[in-house]
Amino acid sequence: MSISLTVNGKAHRVDAPDSTPLLYVLRNDLGLKGTRFGCGTGHCGACHVLLDGHTVAACDTPLWSAAGKAVTTVEGLAGNGVPHPLQQAFLDEQAAQCGYCVSGVIMTAAGLLSANPSPSDEDLRCALDRNLCRCGAHTRMLRAIKQAAEAMRHG
Amino acid sequence: MADRPVDPLLIKRPADALPGSLQNNPRLSAWIRFERNGTVSITGGKVEIGQGILTSLAQIAAEELDVRLDRIRMLAATTATSPNEGVTSGSLSIQDSGAAIRYVCAEVRAILLGEAAAEFGVSTDQLKVTDGTIAIDGRATTTTYWAIATDALFERNATAKVVPKNPSTYQIVGKPAKRVDLADKVLGRPRYVHDVVLPGMLFGRVVRPNRPRAKLESFDASQAIGGTAVRDGSFLGVIAEREEVAIKAAEKLAATARWSGGVTLPEAGQLDAFMRTARSEATVLIGKGTPPAEGRVVRASYAKPFIAHASIGPSCAIAQWNGAGDSARLTVHSHTQGIFNLRADLAKALRMPEDRIVVNHVEGAGCYGHNAADDVALDAALLARAANGRPVQVVWTREQELGWAPFGSAMAIDLQATLDANGRVVDWRHELYSNGHSSRPGRDPRPTLLSAGYLDPPFELPIAIDMPLPNGGSERNAVPDYDFPCQHISKHRLLEMPIRVSALRSLGGFGNVFAIESFMDELAAAAGIEPVAFRLQHLSDPRGRAVIEAAAKRARWDGYRRAEGSGHGIAFSRYKNTSAYAAVIAEVSLEREVRVTRLVCAVDVGLVINPDGVINQVEGGAVQGTSWALKEAVKFDRERITSTSWEDYPILKFSEVPAVEVELINRMDAPTTGAGEAVQAPVGAAIANAVADALGVRIRTLPLTAERIQAAIAEQ
Repeated sequence: MSISLTVNGKAHRVDAPDSTPLLYVLRNDLGLKGTRFGCGTGHCGACHVLLDGHTVAACDTPLWSAAGKAVTTVEGLAGNGVPHPLQQAFLDEQAAQCGYCVSGVIMTAAGLLSANPSPSDEDLRCALDRNLCRCGAHTRMLRAIKQAAEAMRHG
Repeated sequence: MADRPVDPLLIKRPADALPGSLQNNPRLSAWIRFERNGTVSITGGKVEIGQGILTSLAQIAAEELDVRLDRIRMLAATTATSPNEGVTSGSLSIQDSGAAIRYVCAEVRAILLGEAAAEFGVSTDQLKVTDGTIAIDGRATTTTYWAIATDALFERNATAKVVPKNPSTYQIVGKPAKRVDLADKVLGRPRYVHDVVLPGMLFGRVVRPNRPRAKLESFDASQAIGGTAVRDGSFLGVIAEREEVAIKAAEKLAATARWSGGVTLPEAGQLDAFMRTARSEATVLIGKGTPPAEGRVVRASYAKPFIAHASIGPSCAIAQWNGAGDSARLTVHSHTQGIFNLRADLAKALRMPEDRIVVNHVEGAGCYGHNAADDVALDAALLARAANGRPVQVVWTREQELGWAPFGSAMAIDLQATLDANGRVVDWRHELYSNGHSSRPGRDPRPTLLSAGYLDPPFELPIAIDMPLPNGGSERNAVPDYDFPCQHISKHRLLEMPIRVSALRSLGGFGNVFAIESFMDELAAAAGIEPVAFRLQHLSDPRGRAVIEAAAKRARWDGYRRAEGSGHGIAFSRYKNTSAYAAVIAEVSLEREVRVTRLVCAVDVGLVINPDGVINQVEGGAVQGTSWALKEAVKFDRERITSTSWEDYPILKFSEVPAVEVELINRMDAPTTGAGEAVQAPVGAAIANAVADALGVRIRTLPLTAERIQAAIAEQ
């Protein structure tokens, strides 16, 4: 079965059953490894991507529900080799330890900032509550997201 | 002190021994290579586990060589060529590998300068190095390391006779450095073992039994739809061309599998009694001084539960067989902490010689001790046997990761102290009950890898052991850092292990420091002395006093105003009694649950290599310690572990994370220690003390859940 979807601005046709979780299509069919497996049940946020601008868990999103829609992954944030302000802020703040949760956190933040460019601390923490981080880099990540929000407002 | 040529990275060594990991790996060529593209490859055996170690080691190399940091390439460790640096654990990498790299680079620099001097007919005093380019005093000619270096030049053993730089002249070490691995991770480039794609790679998943050590009676291979079922004794799994197909097939296969027997787990509600009555081996660790005839005796008992590693990325490995029969070779890609030890245990489990196995390190998700990284490597090797030479990647499911990886052991601890009339502790007794805190591979004639226990015939997996003090396992940090004249410290290591355990960040330190520092507050209250003053009164070590005083000052301990339902608490420990000093002050408020609002950590890790790296590690340890103290306990019934999802094993969330402030005391004249485990233990104890301060009643069993608080209030 062949399904069409747009990933990071590029049209793709994927030969996979329509119940295949989007996560494995991204990682294995399209070779986009930035979206990560964490739990398979949408509880940890490691596989967050944007689907038509909304944050979803790719492990919990069947391919059919992404058909004809625009998927954005962490690889698609950077434009022409220039890191997205969120990615730049994560590098500036060294906002990670192992980094495994980072792409999911960045995608949640990207979804939030497009809907709410000036989130309060409370907004941020609330939006990120579905993103788990085991290394304890939370405080740095919050700082980085605020820095990015600032840069995006003035950029 | 600054002009004295001190040697901060060097831990004491005998006169004839080489520093750190050089002792067992003296060949210079094993550590360093100059590449044609103007970079320098450092080929140490320590591995990146999310702690930023490669960056700190790169800083050390760049510093001693006089090259820019971005010229250093830290190559991934492999048993094929890397020096055997044992396990990346115990916060020892800077001490072991850092010392070796420092001496290697200093010596290599001297060798290269010697060559340049000979070539130009000058003395080495007339040479000056800038970013690897060598200039000659008064002449226009220059040369470079890369022009001079040949492989043959470093085919010799290190002498460690070239004195490394004086820290007061450091340009790169001691300054914040950006992590060498982070750009890949933030930009989403492949970096983890989960991301590795090999030609023809298949996907494998494992089916675990319904109970630990159960025997596989039957299964229906036809249900592994789209994949191929693989069985070896009671080990069962599946391989498939597509990952999601392997996952589904494993689920279907699991539904058809019939198992018999298995281990009976302790009764969850009687864990404390189990710890105290299980078969155990008793050891007296310290027995000094004569107990006083009189004084006020105080007693209390504390407990901590089993805790899970709970990394966000489940364990993963790739294995590939080449050839068959006695000539078969195995290559494994793994995020293990010890490539050589894993190779040793794979060889035992697969009954083949070690020299036919290569283990390559590839980074994984955050590692906080001996998780399932080693276990999954054996799983991949077993499944790849059925793959006709194709590589097989295995990832554990979330349920397997939370249910089958080794846990940090539960502990029960009894403390007793005698106070004299002046409120001084004159006698101290600490008796602990715990499983050992290491089931790491490579240390027992039998393999410790999980699936080795299910092969036909099965191996009996060893019971967890403790390494001797000062590192220790269950007894880590059981010896108080205070000047108690009379001490009796003893432990009971369990000789049965119904719940599989191994090393988890700080090992027994978390439980022991929770008990000791809670008890110090109880004693301070009994003596009518304020907690900070009570600690200082019993502590003569100036570095210990300094972190307590620094934390108290930063947190404004003396000026704290206690609002309704809030409290503060302090705790102190020197990790392993020999490593980093840390004092932590916690501020909490009691809502429906305990909320930690602020953690102030004062830390002394000796000479600081990468200040931002240390702060990052301390912040992370503080948040993880908070999660352990407030929320975490492995749940189980008589047959199996039941906390196998994020809903059943919650960890601290963004909305619950405290503000963490770190006060770093940099000591140019003291050896560098690790930082990753410095605050884990005192954070838990400080939170417990803050909760007791807020509540007016003490909870002596972790975690500090809403249910425990309600029970404590009801009992009051």
